[in-house]
Order: sequence, then C-alpha cells, then structure tokens
Amino acid sequence: MGGAAERLGAHVARLGPLPGDRRRDIIPSLEASGLLGRGGAGFPVGRKWRAMAERRHGDAVIVANGAEGEPASFKDRVLMANRPHLVIDGAILAAEAVGAGEIVLYVGGEHEAAVAAMSRALMERGDERRPPLRIVTAPVGYVAGEATAAVHYINAGDARPTTTPPRMSERGVDGRPTLVQNVESLAYAALIARFGEDWYRTAGRSETPGTGLITVTGAAEQQGVREIELGTTVGEVAAASGAGSHAVQAVVLGGYFGTWARAEDVWDLPLDPAGMRAGGLAFGCGIVGLLPEGRCGVTATAEIMGFMADESAGQCGPCVYGLRALGDATARVARGRAEADDLDRIERWTAQLPGRGACHHPDGAVQLLASALDVFGDEFNRHARMRRCSVTRSRLDVA
Amino acid sequence: MSRNGERRLRVDWVRCDGYGLCGDMLPELIDLDEWRFPILRAGPVDRDLLHDAQRAADCCPMKALILEPVPADRRR
Repeated sequence: MGGAAERLGAHVARLGPLPGDRRRDIIPSLEASGLLGRGGAGFPVGRKWRAMAERRHGDAVIVANGAEGEPASFKDRVLMANRPHLVIDGAILAAEAVGAGEIVLYVGGEHEAAVAAMSRALMERGDERRPPLRIVTAPVGYVAGEATAAVHYINAGDARPTTTPPRMSERGVDGRPTLVQNVESLAYAALIARFGEDWYRTAGRSETPGTGLITVTGAAEQQGVREIELGTTVGEVAAASGAGSHAVQAVVLGGYFGTWARAEDVWDLPLDPAGMRAGGLAFGCGIVGLLPEGRCGVTATAEIMGFMADESAGQCGPCVYGLRALGDATARVARGRAEADDLDRIERWTAQLPGRGACHHPDGAVQLLASALDVFGDEFNRHARMRRCSVTRSRLDVA
Repeated sequence: MSRNGERRLRVDWVRCDGYGLCGDMLPELIDLDEWRFPILRAGPVDRDLLHDAQRAADCCPMKALILEPVPADRRR
C-alpha cells in the first residue's frame, strides 16, 4: 500500500462491488475463514458477529474502530488513508449482517490523512443504499481506542474506559446493542465477502489462516506497515525490512502492552496469533519492534514505562501512584541515578501492581517491565549498581 | 449463589482514596502499599475473620471496601 487514498472508481474496478448475494452468508463464511480480530484481543470475528446477530432485541450500531492509540502501531491509519472504501465496505457488511441501523467510523483525530481519506470516501459514496454513517474523530490518548472508551466518548465525550455493566453488546452507543470492530478486521471481512473463505484460507503458514497487517519499528531500513502471510517468522520480517540478525539484540512483540524477548529466542517464531498465545506471547495489534545493537534496552523500557504512566486515566490509586513510581524508578536506573533500593522497589511494585485497578492498563505495563527485567536483567543491574551501560559503553554518572 | 456462605473482600478502585484504615484494622487479610492503598490476600475470608472483615468494610470512609459473596464463576 502506498500513495494516496484509492478513489471509489478505482476501488470498484479493482475488487468489484460488494456482492449482494454473499452478504446473507457472510457470518458462516467469516466463521469458516478463521479471521481473528486485529484490534489486539484476537477474538474470532465471525463468532462476534453471530452473537450480535442473535441478540434478542434492539436496533444495533456498528463502530468501526480506527483510533490507533498504540504509539508503535501505524497499520490502521495507513489502511484508512490508502483503502478507505474497503473499510467502509466492511462496516456496511457488518451492519447488514447483524441488522444495525447506524454506523460510526471512529477515527483517531490525529491521524489526519486517515480522517481526510475516510471523509472524502464518504462523500464519494453519496446516495448508495446503506445505513446512516457518520465519522467521529477520537481524541489523542492510549486508552481512547479501547472499546468501552470508544463507546463512552461517542455517547458522552469522555474517552475513559467504563467497567460497569451492562456490556456494550447490550447497551452501547445511544443505549443500543453495539458491535465495535477494528478497521483492519472490517477490511478483511469485505475481502472475504468478495472472494470467499477458501480464498482467505489459502494464505497462512501456521495455525492461524490468512494474512495480516503489521508495523515494523526500530532497527530496520524499511520501517513501517507491511502485509504478511500469518506464520511468517520474526526473522523473515526483519530481513524483508532490511534488518539482519546481527543488528538486532531484542524484539518487543505486541506493542507497549507486549513482551520483550531476546532476538535469538524469537528469530524463528512464527507471527501467528493462535500460536503466539499458546506460547504466552501476544500478536496484539501486530507490532514487531526491533531493538538495534547499540541501543540500550533499559532506556527503551524506561521510555515505554514513562509513557504508560503518563497515559493513566487517573482513576485508580495503584495506577496513579504505583505506575508513576515504577516509571520514575526505571527512568532513574536508566540514567545512572538509581537510589539504593530502586531495583528492589521495581521488583516489589511489579509484583504488587497487577489486578489492582478498574482496567488492565497497569497490568499491561507491568507485564512489559517484567519481561524487560528478564531480558535485560544484567543491564538493569549494571545501570543501577555500577552506573554504567555496556551497550553504549558509557559511564552514566558523569554529567 | 454462594456455596457455604463463602465471602470475599473486593476493592472498588475508582472509589478508594488510600486512607488505609482497612489495612490497620485487618492486617491478617490486608497489606498496604507505600501509598496506603490496600493489597488484599486472595481467596475467601476465613470464617473467624468474617466479623472483623465486615467491620473494616463498614469503616471505610469511601465505602470502597466491599465484603460480598464469592461469585459462582470464581469457585471451582
């Protein structure tokens, strides 16, 4: 994908129209395709649509989630900026499949090219027969793309997660049953509606069929968004992006909520949502972050922890104070300014923080830090006790 | 719902302001972190501590500590 947004004429010429006769069968087709949601949780798309279609009552709402708050991820905004009509096709398909009377395109306001492309695409489609469709621009923020935060913002202008029942599948946007689906998942649904589940399943080299969008960051000549056959290995993605194994010391998979691993341990790992989950890793929203040799993993981790502390919604004490303290202690260690018991504190707080909040924001941050302590343990010690960094070969306490 | 009347403690984290009274009153079941926010011991409350647990919940100034039946899906 590259260049400007595809116009409606080019989109239809390339893929053909969304076929009317397949729309009725799309749920079984999605179920058979094995398509998993691409927002991060990896829930089967067909099962989600079926549950919504079989609801007892209420006119449903579709929210196409294009608020990409994960700082390392670019695939949703690139998709919307380049193939807006495919995303809209998928949203219309979802609305028809589950019987929804309204579609909300929830697009990160800071993704300017995506907002522009989606708005123009909407104008181009003018008077076609479809449910009413509107664009809501999401505020900046890590949690703004979380599904309950999206519904909360669309309803009340407050993009903080909610945890109280009823679930949004029962009462979401305007109190109506609401299906929130990531824009990449919708785009794939629109392709499966055209070409069928067997076509989709011809791709995929491991457990999970199909292809997916990933974002490659860090030690690569060609950083950015790529479409891969699921099951492609980390090493193959790195090589295709212009990074050799000797140039990469560690990899963060799944993004800021993810896990650090030593490069040699995951080089042959298939990027496969089902397989990674079985191995205790997360495909998440498809982040492959390559930490180059010569870049300090302690510092990289401290930057992520600082960001996560800043992004706390500020609702729960352990997150407000504990996550901030963890971020600050990690930053002191990284800068060679560790206090005597900072490493012990980090260990203690990492153990006691998870599960003590209204949402899982601190849990994700702590999981990332715990994996960093495992992968970069020697470096954490060297930074804290000797105030030296062996990666950058520098003394840290000479200011 | 709850087998044998088993009960557990739960914190409403949005309400809790870290007064820490609960940890002072019920150290058998509740530790406090550096900021006096509670760290609960997992599992149902022992029968002989039920009275103290209820008193700690009643004394929470934010009504953020809750003694409640163990939900059915948390038992095996």
